[in-house]
Amino acid sequence: MFRTALRNVLAHRARLLMTMLAVALGAAFVCGTLVFTATVSAQLTRASQQDFAHVDVAVRPGADAALAASVPTLSTASLEALRRLPEVARVTGVVSGFTAVAGKDGRPAERGGPTLGTNHDVQAGSGASDPRHTFTAGRPPSGRGEIALDEGTATRTGYRVGDTARISVDGPGLRVRITGLFTTDDGPVNAGGTLVLYDTATAQRHFTAPGRFTELDVEAAPGVSQEDLETKVRKVLPRDAQTLTGSLLAHDQRVHIEAATASLRTTLLAFAAVALFVSCFLIANTFTMLVAQRSREIALLRALGAQRRQVTRQVLTEAGLVGLVASLAGLALGVGIAAALGPFVASAGSLPLGANGPLDVPWYALSVPVVTGVTTTVLASWLPSRRAATVPPVAVMTQVFAPVGTRQKALRTAVGALVAALGVAAVLGSLGLTRTEDGILLMTLGAMAVTAGCVVLLPVLVRPAVALARPLWSTARSVRELAARNCLRSPRRTAATASALVIGLGLVTSLTMVGAGGQKAADAQAAAVLKADYVVSMADLSVLGPDVEPLLRTAPGVTRIGALHDAQAEIGGAHRFLTSAAASTVRDQLRLRFTSGSLDAFGGTRILVSGHEAKAGGWSAGTRLPVRLADGTRTEFTVAGVYESNSLVGDFIAEPASLGAAPAGPSLDKVLVTTADGSGARTARALAHALGDSPAVRIESGADLSEAAARGVTRMLGLLYGLLAMSVTVALLGIVNTLALSVTERQREIGLLRALGLDRGGVRRMVRLESLFLAVFGGLVGIALGVFLGWAGGELISADLPGYTHELPVGRLLFFLALAALAGVVASLWPARRAARTDILTAVGAE
Amino acid sequence: MVALDDVSIQFGRGEFTAIMGPSGSGKSTLMHCTAGLDSISSGSAWIGETDLGTLKDKQLTRLRRDRIGFIFQAFNLLPTLTALENITLPMDIAGRRPDPERLGRLIEMVGLSGRLQHRPSELSGGQQQRVAVARALASQPEIVFGDEPTGNLDSRSGAEVLGHLRGSVREWGQTVVMVTHDPVAASYADRVVFLADGRIVDEMLRPTADGVLDRMKDFDAKGRTS
Repeated sequence: MFRTALRNVLAHRARLLMTMLAVALGAAFVCGTLVFTATVSAQLTRASQQDFAHVDVAVRPGADAALAASVPTLSTASLEALRRLPEVARVTGVVSGFTAVAGKDGRPAERGGPTLGTNHDVQAGSGASDPRHTFTAGRPPSGRGEIALDEGTATRTGYRVGDTARISVDGPGLRVRITGLFTTDDGPVNAGGTLVLYDTATAQRHFTAPGRFTELDVEAAPGVSQEDLETKVRKVLPRDAQTLTGSLLAHDQRVHIEAATASLRTTLLAFAAVALFVSCFLIANTFTMLVAQRSREIALLRALGAQRRQVTRQVLTEAGLVGLVASLAGLALGVGIAAALGPFVASAGSLPLGANGPLDVPWYALSVPVVTGVTTTVLASWLPSRRAATVPPVAVMTQVFAPVGTRQKALRTAVGALVAALGVAAVLGSLGLTRTEDGILLMTLGAMAVTAGCVVLLPVLVRPAVALARPLWSTARSVRELAARNCLRSPRRTAATASALVIGLGLVTSLTMVGAGGQKAADAQAAAVLKADYVVSMADLSVLGPDVEPLLRTAPGVTRIGALHDAQAEIGGAHRFLTSAAASTVRDQLRLRFTSGSLDAFGGTRILVSGHEAKAGGWSAGTRLPVRLADGTRTEFTVAGVYESNSLVGDFIAEPASLGAAPAGPSLDKVLVTTADGSGARTARALAHALGDSPAVRIESGADLSEAAARGVTRMLGLLYGLLAMSVTVALLGIVNTLALSVTERQREIGLLRALGLDRGGVRRMVRLESLFLAVFGGLVGIALGVFLGWAGGELISADLPGYTHELPVGRLLFFLALAALAGVVASLWPARRAARTDILTAVGAE
Repeated sequence: MVALDDVSIQFGRGEFTAIMGPSGSGKSTLMHCTAGLDSISSGSAWIGETDLGTLKDKQLTRLRRDRIGFIFQAFNLLPTLTALENITLPMDIAGRRPDPERLGRLIEMVGLSGRLQHRPSELSGGQQQRVAVARALASQPEIVFGDEPTGNLDSRSGAEVLGHLRGSVREWGQTVVMVTHDPVAASYADRVVFLADGRIVDEMLRPTADGVLDRMKDFDAKGRTS
């Protein structure tokens, strides 16, 4: 039987072509995703592996140190204690922090990697050099104003030993001289980050305090294991200090890398899932048509004694074969996709991807796509295979094989309507739930049910759709009628072909709507809250140094400076992060929108709370909250007002005086700047110059904030358009498939029409009309479905995102519809040509 | 292999001609060539003043649409159209409206008045062929070609169809050319032309079923001895 199946597949290979293409596409994407993410993961792991070669135990400050200062540190005393241990070969005192480097063009030199600064430790006495860095040119830095730069950054920027560069540690730009270049084992740095070296004293001045370290790296003496060393080391350290063995560090890094690539993998696999799901319709359709065309052959088999089960198995085996061949072809295509994904994802910028290396192809990247492809094909052809078994043996003698009965049709319609109704109920119901997480879950389930119900009900919509469309087809009445009748011939087949577009466009439309609304909300949020002209912050969101405010005050045109500091306290029993700001700053430089209470009452122990937190805690103006400040004092705050959540300030605002003694260390989060001339290029430049043209600082006006928010949404939408392209491609294949098979089926009719006087152009027009109907019908239903789900999704989000307005991106929707129509026309080209070239005599069955 | 070997034939207006011969004699090919469905390697075919050889595909298609009527042995009708729509199909394609009086008379003649809204799947074989006859005659073509029109029918339905064809010749002066292997069908014609091995070998005027049958038997005998 396998041999018969093989022969059948070969005999019908032309008809199965579209199906195989669709499955191959889905399998290719699965394969490509798996290969790509495995390669990225391997690359990162390999690059980071040697990082811990010289660290047998790393010592980090513990919890107590974290509370005592904003940057936790270890003391020189601890370092000396470690050095005295006989099991220790070397202790490196590490001082690390943030350092941004400006390229020769003034812009940050990093390319998607971390921006680090650390000390180059030289052992007093032995003079032994820091094992983390190997100098390739020049010498290590030895004083303030000197740095060394990693080779990768130097190559990228063109800096050489002796050049001056501008760096930034906590805001203002600093001019330094490059005394040497070195290589490092730090993978992410080599993949596009920057690393600056200082001498230890300078590093401590920048990041910690004289004599304090952020980490102590201990190397074991020969013959001492990491575990032994750890035990000995713990004995001489403060009780709360953290120790991590080298192997644990390596393991943690691997886990971290894996987590980063996992989320990427999930996103990409979602594409593949959509492609495979949409192909199911194509596959089911193909096999249904093939079964119908071969009904006489099947009837003959049955007449000769084949059991129903054997017929079913036959069709399933053919499907399995098709899936197998297509998936194998997909593997080759998939490796190509993996190679192409690299530059695409790198530009979207979340993972540091280094130079293109060889592709890593794990075993599961080859087996999973094949299994998935075969399973999809077999599952999708299950129903048609069962239908094949119902062909009665008597059909071998009659020409006509009765289609599916009306009772089945009524059952289908009932089930579809029920599922769709349940879905709508779930979607609407989810809007009433209080917890957003529950709401999202219920809405997702509801959305799937609505879509499924829609697809099941689609055949019912075909007839009214054709009736509506008919008067719009401005072509010869006869051709119009013929095309219309053909669409109506099998509403189920028409609907199944259109379903692919329904799902694809529905998905993309709903996500576009939510995206567009979210974009407006993001605009509204940040930009609207800023009353001042500029907000100054660190590009990496770390704290600004103490020099920033005085420097900004000296900038020309500045009329007012307001500081927003980070603070912490325990409010209402939970640890919270607050924004500490003077009442005058909040009043004159921010435009908060209050939903309860007002700004008038703000001051002292009367604080402001964001809508998000107030809703979670059930608070409103007047609520009293128990508080434990950072210095331990217990007191009470009253809620003076509740404001709409936004990204500029945190969830709690309090005046600095009421927060007690602040912990040591910098805490300046943002500086609000009001200028005499408002916001403009010249003013922005003046401010940047006042800060020493620092590469690390962001100076943003209201317009800049909107733009930044929009950019994030645009990137997401870019991914969406990729999804759209994928689903439209598969849908297009589905339409070509249906039309091509249908043209073959209608060979006799087309021959007759040609004999009776329909010219070739007319035949082409007829096929094109059918294709266009399929595409536009699927597109319209999909867009309608998408608008409903997009509205519902937006309603759900608007609870959490104030300022969210429902946005119907009409332009984009029209574009989608036009794209669907174009797909319809393109899909018809080849089948229409084939139909027009039908040989009349062969078709009419001449001798 | 030559299908037609130097055949010269004329069909007169208002004449009912039958073309007969054993299978492989080239009778279908002859009809296809004269109807503009097949191309000729040498010689020419004319309908009225029009030389079919000079026409391009589009013009040939238009000729078939406006000036020729076809009745095939089977698969004459489009399954998605009703009987009435099938009858008016060539005119619909041309964008012309049929003369309602003539159409009505035709429909009555073939006896399909009650079945106009039915699909072909709801009609018997004989009814389907009658629809085909009505279609062939509805556009008032210069010539009607039938390729074994009664081949799939029982004798009664066949007789009806042949009667309609002959009726159209007598009453409306229609020209009909029919390819057949059935002597009874041939007897309805005014003239029978006999083909064998791609050549015209004989002709019979005012044929009778028996006469035709005898002539056919001669063929078989000759065939067996040669």
